[in-house]
Amino acid sequence: MININEVYETNKMIEQENLDVRTITLGISLLDCADTNLEVVKKKIYSKITTIAKDLVATGKAIEREYGIPIVNKRISVTPISLVGASSCNSPKDYVEIAKTLDAAAKEVGVNFIGGFSALVSKGMSLNEENLIRSIPEALAITERVCSSVNVGSTKTGINMDAVKLLGHIILETAEYTKERDSLGCAKLVVFCNAPDDNPFMAGAFHGVTEADSVINVGVSGPGVVKKALESVRGADFETLCETIKKTAFKITRVGQLVAQEASKKMNIPFGIIDLSLAPTPAVGDSIAEIFEEMGLEYAGAPGTTAALALLNDQVKKGGVMASSSVGGLSGAFIPVSEDQGMINAVLAGALSLEKLEAMTCVCSVGLDMIAIPGDTKASTISGIIADEMAIGMINQKTTAVRLIPVVGKTIGDMAEFGGLLGYAPVMPVNQFSCEAFINRGGRIPAPIHSFKN
Amino acid sequence: MKKTIITVVGKDSVGIIAKVCTYLANNKVNILDISQTIVQGYFNMMMIVDSNESPKNFEQLATELEQIGEEIGVIIKTQHEDIFNKMHRL
Repeated sequence: MININEVYETNKMIEQENLDVRTITLGISLLDCADTNLEVVKKKIYSKITTIAKDLVATGKAIEREYGIPIVNKRISVTPISLVGASSCNSPKDYVEIAKTLDAAAKEVGVNFIGGFSALVSKGMSLNEENLIRSIPEALAITERVCSSVNVGSTKTGINMDAVKLLGHIILETAEYTKERDSLGCAKLVVFCNAPDDNPFMAGAFHGVTEADSVINVGVSGPGVVKKALESVRGADFETLCETIKKTAFKITRVGQLVAQEASKKMNIPFGIIDLSLAPTPAVGDSIAEIFEEMGLEYAGAPGTTAALALLNDQVKKGGVMASSSVGGLSGAFIPVSEDQGMINAVLAGALSLEKLEAMTCVCSVGLDMIAIPGDTKASTISGIIADEMAIGMINQKTTAVRLIPVVGKTIGDMAEFGGLLGYAPVMPVNQFSCEAFINRGGRIPAPIHSFKN
Repeated sequence: MKKTIITVVGKDSVGIIAKVCTYLANNKVNILDISQTIVQGYFNMMMIVDSNESPKNFEQLATELEQIGEEIGVIIKTQHEDIFNKMHRL
């Protein structure tokens, strides 16, 4: 039987070390909502979401109560809207109408974000996909809870450089549309390479076409728990360090698995995956950068940071995989700047640059995330940064993503405030040399040689 | 049989166990195991209970125990045992 020390350990993780389940994300297929009439599509989407997800928030709350574990977010992901709206949307304006419907449905069921205002254009872009991409700036400005993502590359298909070029402009336009709120719209837009179909984390969540009609995916968290565990092995060698992370990740993930199974049972919706991610928040003691500091780095960004992140990511996976029946999504350590107090401190101290962050994304689970850059950054420069990040993902057969916020009216050293879990970030310098002629070439970077495995 | 874990943490005083046990007895909750220690003057107790015979549901028991905790100045938390089993047992 369980003993008092085990109970004490679990409750200490929850009460003092910010252990929580970061999100229960309900994936809903909207493929059956397609129609040639936009009004019919909107009606079907609203009705399907509000029917399937009507008990999501209440179920989450009931699980929190029964097990005493906070579940921070309850969210919804849907089929990429470029597909759902393909036969009814003839212009970007039409797609904005669908975004409004998604926002209204999200409000009705009480979730804080709904993801899937997305297009998958890793090889080529159809007219309706281009229309969706062009609707993103307005859609993200007039809705509150809608999140958008665009997959512009993959190891199998290469990188769609036309889409990369277009997104440089779209990101700037999104920033302009929401300039009164420090260009907040860009915090809800992710550009991916190798985007997973089952990611529960925003802003990049969508319900892939390979998925069932509806599915429960759960994202765990707990950087604070890992940091606390590492305090007990200060000065020990790397084997001990790795073992400690692995064991802690196992415990964290088991809680996620329990919550996922319970949610699946209560809602009678199949369980999909656990995303084994260490997701930080701006709260002190809930930071990836603090784990690096505990490992022995003065700040995130110091020499050794990439190695520290690589071992952290790998041990989290090794511990987590055994704790869950099915793992997927992004699974690894997130390194968003604005959502992690330790990362913010590292930028302010001059320890962490955009280039170092790019190196770190080679070994973390995602990419350049929640980074504020000067509002006057050129579209081609943003496209160049995206292209670099997509190339890392394509060649290394991993997911990479870019979520940059060119903050209109702000420059290096200024602070951008996004509020809530999105946090705040110091505006970081960007390399000033031009890549315009490179980006203007257009076309596609072909898939790498190691993609030919058949 | 799903078991429930009740933890009581707070400043030590006379009658904490009596108060909690009386409530449990009145509500037909059977106590299977109790461990208790004092750490630096703080009272720490864990009970494993079976509430299947209780006329009250989990939500009512958890809420009322919280209220009793507030009355006597301790924190009483009620959780299903699975969260601990999952984390500490293979």
